Amino acid sequence: MAAMGSGQVGRSVRRLEGAAKVTGRAEYVHNLRLPGMLYGKIVRSTVPHGRIRAIDTEAARALAGVHRVVTIADIRAVVPEPFYGPAFHDQPILAVDKVHYVGEPIAVVLAADPHIADAAAQLVVADYEELPAVYDEVEAMTSAAIVHDVLKPAGTFPDLKHLQGRHDTNVALDFHLRRGDLAKGFAEADHVFEHTFRTQQVLHLPLEPFVSVAEASGGADDGRLTIHTASQSPSFVRIEIARLLGWPENRVRVKVPYLGGGFGAKLYIKLEALVAALALVVRRPVKISLTMEEQFYTLTKHASTFRIKSGVKDGRITARQCEVWWNGGAYADIGPRITQKSGFTAPGPYDIENVHIDSYSLYTNLTPAGALRGFGIPQLVFAYESHTDMMARSLKLDPVEFRRANILREGRPQATGTLMQDAAIAAVLDRLAARMNWGKAFERGSGTTRRGRGIAIGFKASISPTTSIAIVNVAADGSATLYCSTVDMGQGSDTANAQLVAEVLDIKAEAVTVVHPDTDVTPYDMATLGSRSLFHMGNAVKLAAQDARDKIAALARELGLPEGSNVPVAELFQKKYKMQAGNIIGIGSYIPPYAPPDHDTGQTPNATPYWMVGAAGAEVAVDTETGQVRVTRLVNVADVGRPINPRIVETQLSGAAIMQLGFTMQEKIELDGGQIVNASLADYKIPSLLDIPTDIQSEAVEAEQQSGPFGAKGVGESGTFGVSPAIANAIDDAVGVRLTTLPLTAETLYRALRAAANEPLED
Amino acid sequence: MKRTIHFTLNGAPVEADIAPHWNLVELLQREFDLFGARESCAQGLCGCCTVLVNGTAVSGCLFLAAFADGAEVVTIEHLAGGKLDPVQEAFLECGAFQCGFCTPGFVLMARELLRAHPDPDDDEIRHYLAGNLCRCAAYPEIVEAVKLAARNMRKGA
Repeated sequence: MAAMGSGQVGRSVRRLEGAAKVTGRAEYVHNLRLPGMLYGKIVRSTVPHGRIRAIDTEAARALAGVHRVVTIADIRAVVPEPFYGPAFHDQPILAVDKVHYVGEPIAVVLAADPHIADAAAQLVVADYEELPAVYDEVEAMTSAAIVHDVLKPAGTFPDLKHLQGRHDTNVALDFHLRRGDLAKGFAEADHVFEHTFRTQQVLHLPLEPFVSVAEASGGADDGRLTIHTASQSPSFVRIEIARLLGWPENRVRVKVPYLGGGFGAKLYIKLEALVAALALVVRRPVKISLTMEEQFYTLTKHASTFRIKSGVKDGRITARQCEVWWNGGAYADIGPRITQKSGFTAPGPYDIENVHIDSYSLYTNLTPAGALRGFGIPQLVFAYESHTDMMARSLKLDPVEFRRANILREGRPQATGTLMQDAAIAAVLDRLAARMNWGKAFERGSGTTRRGRGIAIGFKASISPTTSIAIVNVAADGSATLYCSTVDMGQGSDTANAQLVAEVLDIKAEAVTVVHPDTDVTPYDMATLGSRSLFHMGNAVKLAAQDARDKIAALARELGLPEGSNVPVAELFQKKYKMQAGNIIGIGSYIPPYAPPDHDTGQTPNATPYWMVGAAGAEVAVDTETGQVRVTRLVNVADVGRPINPRIVETQLSGAAIMQLGFTMQEKIELDGGQIVNASLADYKIPSLLDIPTDIQSEAVEAEQQSGPFGAKGVGESGTFGVSPAIANAIDDAVGVRLTTLPLTAETLYRALRAAANEPLED
Repeated sequence: MKRTIHFTLNGAPVEADIAPHWNLVELLQREFDLFGARESCAQGLCGCCTVLVNGTAVSGCLFLAAFADGAEVVTIEHLAGGKLDPVQEAFLECGAFQCGFCTPGFVLMARELLRAHPDPDDDEIRHYLAGNLCRCAAYPEIVEAVKLAARNMRKGA
């Protein structure tokens, strides 16, 4: 690794906000109270699909202390077209005419006392004409139940502009990729394998539930709105709220302090349009804080079905056909982008000449689904890496060697035709195999405890094309402040960005102040998502710091100082202004190159600015009498480019892997007729310290992303990729039974064990 | 409806007018601007709302404010001697948090653990902290931090 000039990059700097967090004094929206503020409690639909006949608010309004009960008619007085969304303008601020899922907001009760708002919300009664509903993503393809009468595409993102609204269909987007000659590839093969995999609907479940506050000021022509919100996308919120109101952007201010977790949930518009409209309706500040239960009615991860078919000749994959159905729930949110951006990596990190992909985003009558740490990739990797192992087992090939023979190497074209660059796939696989002691004998257990091990590797393209802009302000004493709209939701972006500034300006990272997103102050950033920030914002931050550094050098020249005279910055200002005054503003703006995929073939020479690579290895112990699986060892290896802060990188890798472990072993939203029956932490269990392996290892391989800031790229999701299939593969290795549906519960495995022994259990 | 209670909060005597249905988290937030104890699951299952009452950790979301009457209440914001304690220092050193929302609960429970077991092994740490959830899953670092704090406290003792 090349030595860094200032030693700020590659150093495990303590988190800048650490002291505030360990003393409970970090700022979250949940702390915020404003004078005259009202609390809103949302009234939610009790049916999965129906026309609203009437909403009776009389009893609620009559309750002492209720300020107002608001329905869509009130909202429309301030927002005539109350539909929002990043891909489709399909989601109403409150239900319009129809409800599309259980839990959809239909009204809001406002009161100065949140307990009164809660009590009154229970008194609102709606009458529905129920309609047929559809919940399954594959059924939604052909179902007579149509979730939306008319589709309303947005045009917010350049790469979603081709979206066409359709009628009488639940397909929000279909993405297709055609490469080579699939029929020929299958004809050449000695063996053809086809498997179908399913993943379940799960929840982000940040411990800080969704929360937003809005305050309005001014009149009809000069009105302003300030929204304080736990959002990963302040710039999007500002633009979307301005669009809804028909206002210029500069009359909407969005402020974001720290987030108590995000994981993709707190993106685009969640509560922001609702609190903004309410603040305009009642002309008082309005706060809505969701309960844990209400998070289940806001956004989930896509359930999915993936049918994958491969042809193999002499240990080489000759053809692969992928059909993926994504369960998008009642509103598109960012689902169409997942369908495309994740869809094109469905064949996995393998060098396959003949590939077809058909990827469909479906509307169903469930809570909307959106991005969740991995953006669809963990669902895909579960399928293609389980499939890979099933083929290797059937062909009696070593799983590592089979992968090595087929892996996408540097410079080779991926399914889109884009050449692989700075993607350390082979190195990640090698390091994983080494850490798993793959070549060595493995203790396989005995009696009713059987042990097995498995590996898996996945990859992900970055989102593109997206923009980040940053400002670095050097004050007259030489201290530096960074202004950027990246949201620190726990991933450590404040600290990493400060390290980038410090590296360029040759100061200590701890001395850099990072101003939190405030759209009146910090410049535009697309959003904090998809592990894009360190690369995109990191490049912008580095450019801004370099711009400031260049301007400092120009100032020195202006003052007649010789090149390289190294006069302290404070003295330069003193010489120019004769006092401590002035500042230097450096600006950086970054957008990577990109070429959109061809609509019919999905082919493009530049699908992504960088690739993320993540692999996992698992060792398990299975109790054959109960189906209980204990993961005894979990190894994560990833290509993160060059780590800016090694400690934070390690925590990101293991944290992502443990989250995915929950999605693999225990988490599932349970439904009964469209109604979620486990919407609480009592019934929906996330991993605790007792649910994780005692042996967890994480490694970032030696790698460099040449186009990244100081060689770095994103790391937030890579730890999720391989976990689910590695464990499914390890279970198969232990007991010879293949599970193809997540989660891998004891009951599922026990049923499969009994079925394999020809003694199936009754349902 | 309201009644007045008196208690000790982070070492100082205080009084507050409370409604009977308030829980301890509400009391701390509404009357004292203390936000380190946070309601998350509202079922006493996540540990985000941990507060010490008479030296024992309670779930502030399930503990009625009225029961604080006459009690000694300590929150995460309390800094004995105005500086971070060894547990907080160890959490910083080990990077034992990400978003920080659950951190106060973990710090308070880790302090309890180390009072009862000054030299805990991994298994004791896991069991003692099993009632605190961290969705960012900084669990490996949390176990490491508790062990570091234990070492430093034993050295200091």
